[in-house]
Amino acid sequence: MAHRKESMRNGRGSALEGLLTAGLDEGKSRFTLEDGARIAVVGGGPAGSFFSYFMLGMAQAVDLEIELDIYEPRHFSHAGPAGCNHCGGIISESLVQILAAEGINLPATVVQRGIASYVVHTDEDAVRIESPVREQRIASVFRGNGPRGGADTSRESFDGYLLAMAAERGARVVRRLVSGVRWVDGAPRLEHPGAEGATYDLIVLAVGVNSNLTQLVRADSGPAPAASTRTTRTYICAFQADQQLVQDVLGNSMHVFLPTLPRLEFAALVPKGEYLTLVVLGDDIDQELISDFLDSAAVRRCLPKQCVPMVCNCAPLINLRGADRPYADRLVLIGDSGVTRLYKDGIGAAYRTAKSAAETAVLHGVAAEDFERHYRPVCRSIEADNTIGKLIFGTTHLFKVSSHARRAALRMAAREQGRKGRRRMSSVLWNLFTGSATYREILKDTLHPAFGAGFVWNLAASLRPGRRELKGTGGAHAQGHARPVVR
Amino acid sequence: MRKATLGQSYADGEAIVRQGEMGSSMYVVQAGEVEVIREAEDGEHRLAVLGAGDFFGEMSIFEREVRSATVRALGSAQVLTVDKRTLLRRIKEDPFLAINILKGMSKRIRELNRELVRARSGPAAGADMKGSEGRTR
Ligand SMILES: Cc1cc2nc3c(=O)[nH]c(=O)nc-3n(C[C@H](O)[C@H](O)[C@H](O)COP(=O)(O)OP(=O)(O)OC[C@H]3O[C@@H](n4cnc5c(N)ncnc54)[C@H](O)[C@@H]3O)c2cc1C
Repeated sequence: MAHRKESMRNGRGSALEGLLTAGLDEGKSRFTLEDGARIAVVGGGPAGSFFSYFMLGMAQAVDLEIELDIYEPRHFSHAGPAGCNHCGGIISESLVQILAAEGINLPATVVQRGIASYVVHTDEDAVRIESPVREQRIASVFRGNGPRGGADTSRESFDGYLLAMAAERGARVVRRLVSGVRWVDGAPRLEHPGAEGATYDLIVLAVGVNSNLTQLVRADSGPAPAASTRTTRTYICAFQADQQLVQDVLGNSMHVFLPTLPRLEFAALVPKGEYLTLVVLGDDIDQELISDFLDSAAVRRCLPKQCVPMVCNCAPLINLRGADRPYADRLVLIGDSGVTRLYKDGIGAAYRTAKSAAETAVLHGVAAEDFERHYRPVCRSIEADNTIGKLIFGTTHLFKVSSHARRAALRMAAREQGRKGRRRMSSVLWNLFTGSATYREILKDTLHPAFGAGFVWNLAASLRPGRRELKGTGGAHAQGHARPVVR
Repeated sequence: MRKATLGQSYADGEAIVRQGEMGSSMYVVQAGEVEVIREAEDGEHRLAVLGAGDFFGEMSIFEREVRSATVRALGSAQVLTVDKRTLLRRIKEDPFLAINILKGMSKRIRELNRELVRARSGPAAGADMKGSEGRTR
């Protein structure tokens, strides 16, 4: 039995495992997980739950018996900030598809709205960009149980759903805050406020960036990761309106804003049942900036007057740069605590890093060099792509300063909606806002000569006086009947 | 229970994929049921009925062949399209992703083998196969 297990773990157990582990020629790791191994996952957000779900599945596949505890003090069934891991709540098009291929299909209680298009608003115009497959492949979700004061039992939290999935596979959920990690006799041990915790064979930190726990992994008692990340503050608030009104005015679209206000980078309005979530990214966001934004022509055009601002708002941090070395012996940082995608698809990055860390731990080992060899490449690939993302976001400043450039981009996208063939600007904008493609792919698309030629042509056309035909074209053409984009 | 919101709605009898057409996507049923039909000279044969969570069309992910069967909605159904490119890009980084699909395929082969044995073991059973409803889940 022991021999069979060992051979399976080395990838010789079945043809399939052999295929998956082909080329793994390294010697035995300094630290491997053996039967009875104990794993602590600190944080039951998407990264922690994905890790636990996949770790337990893979361990079972290679016949490895493990115990896995998830430490998560938050109850995701609570409404308002107490039950919420503050975010826009968009599950990207690529993640929805990949999860479906993994056998994880988000139920209707979790999906508040299926999104099939994006409406891009500038100060002057708006254009609707339809999903390339004309299908609702983006989900808007609540991370907790919706805004403060609006608890609803028929609604299920996304994070709560994932955590329940991990628990169903055998994870034990411990409702306890972790205050630090300390090394005792060569093994990492958890600390809780005022109390010592248990010792584990592997500790996975999935605490996001809105916790200082990763800084509490001290190097003085044993190996520690290089965990510092660079972050910036964002702003999120919620509005409530009649569900039908939200449907009529915003439809199955996410609305993104490229306003010219200084300090404002980007904003988005996400419809969710009878609620709307507003997400604002920028520098030094304060009340004045939010008021100016809500007063802007673009927002007034699209946010129904009957929408009531709710008391629920927050200012969470978002990553700008990930951890340099998100691992050490028997310790790994995943999701936002480790490395995530710049501004987009953070939950998709949590899935990628979580799964890669789980595969490393099961198939290779939990020593620093195992994570270096098998987990770091995924982190590096995300970081390298973020560098390209920064370049792309840098160039979008052109649209802030030039109304002609803004109009040309939207004009090009609007004209593509009713046409067959490659929709170059639409595809670039779609991928940029949905996070469906890597920044590298987006850059490649913008470097295509036809993209440049199309943009210059539309720039010239938009410079001609008296040519303002944009509003309404996107949605009307794409859907085959006259319907204004923004009412 | 609220209506499933992801994917595309198909009306009763509407085809999602057609036998003989080229395809580059796989599909995952989100709600409702679909039937897998093999069109032959002597008429249509129902191969399977699939429900929420089941997938089909996965062969087009691994090979460039025409669709081997028609799949259409049985009652109204909600079905999510998974692009070949999105999937292959992920499988390149994470071969484990292919396991779930391979598991589904191997389960289907096992079911087909069972059907074959049943068909060979007696003419009556063979006749039955025409209208058989192999459920994959
Ligand atoms: C304004 C904004 C909008 C965003 N919009 C989107 C979006 O639309 N789509 C998207 O994909 N991503 C979005 N993101 C990014 C997304 O929120 C993150 O990438 C994602 O939540 C990361 O998941 P995680 O599990 O790593 O961390 P988190 O979601 O932060 O989860 C961390 C968990 O750890 C727990 N925890 C923390 N400290 C401790 C402790 N000491 N002990 C025990 N438990 C602890 C917390 O309670 C929490 O449950 C957005 C982010 C921001 C700031």
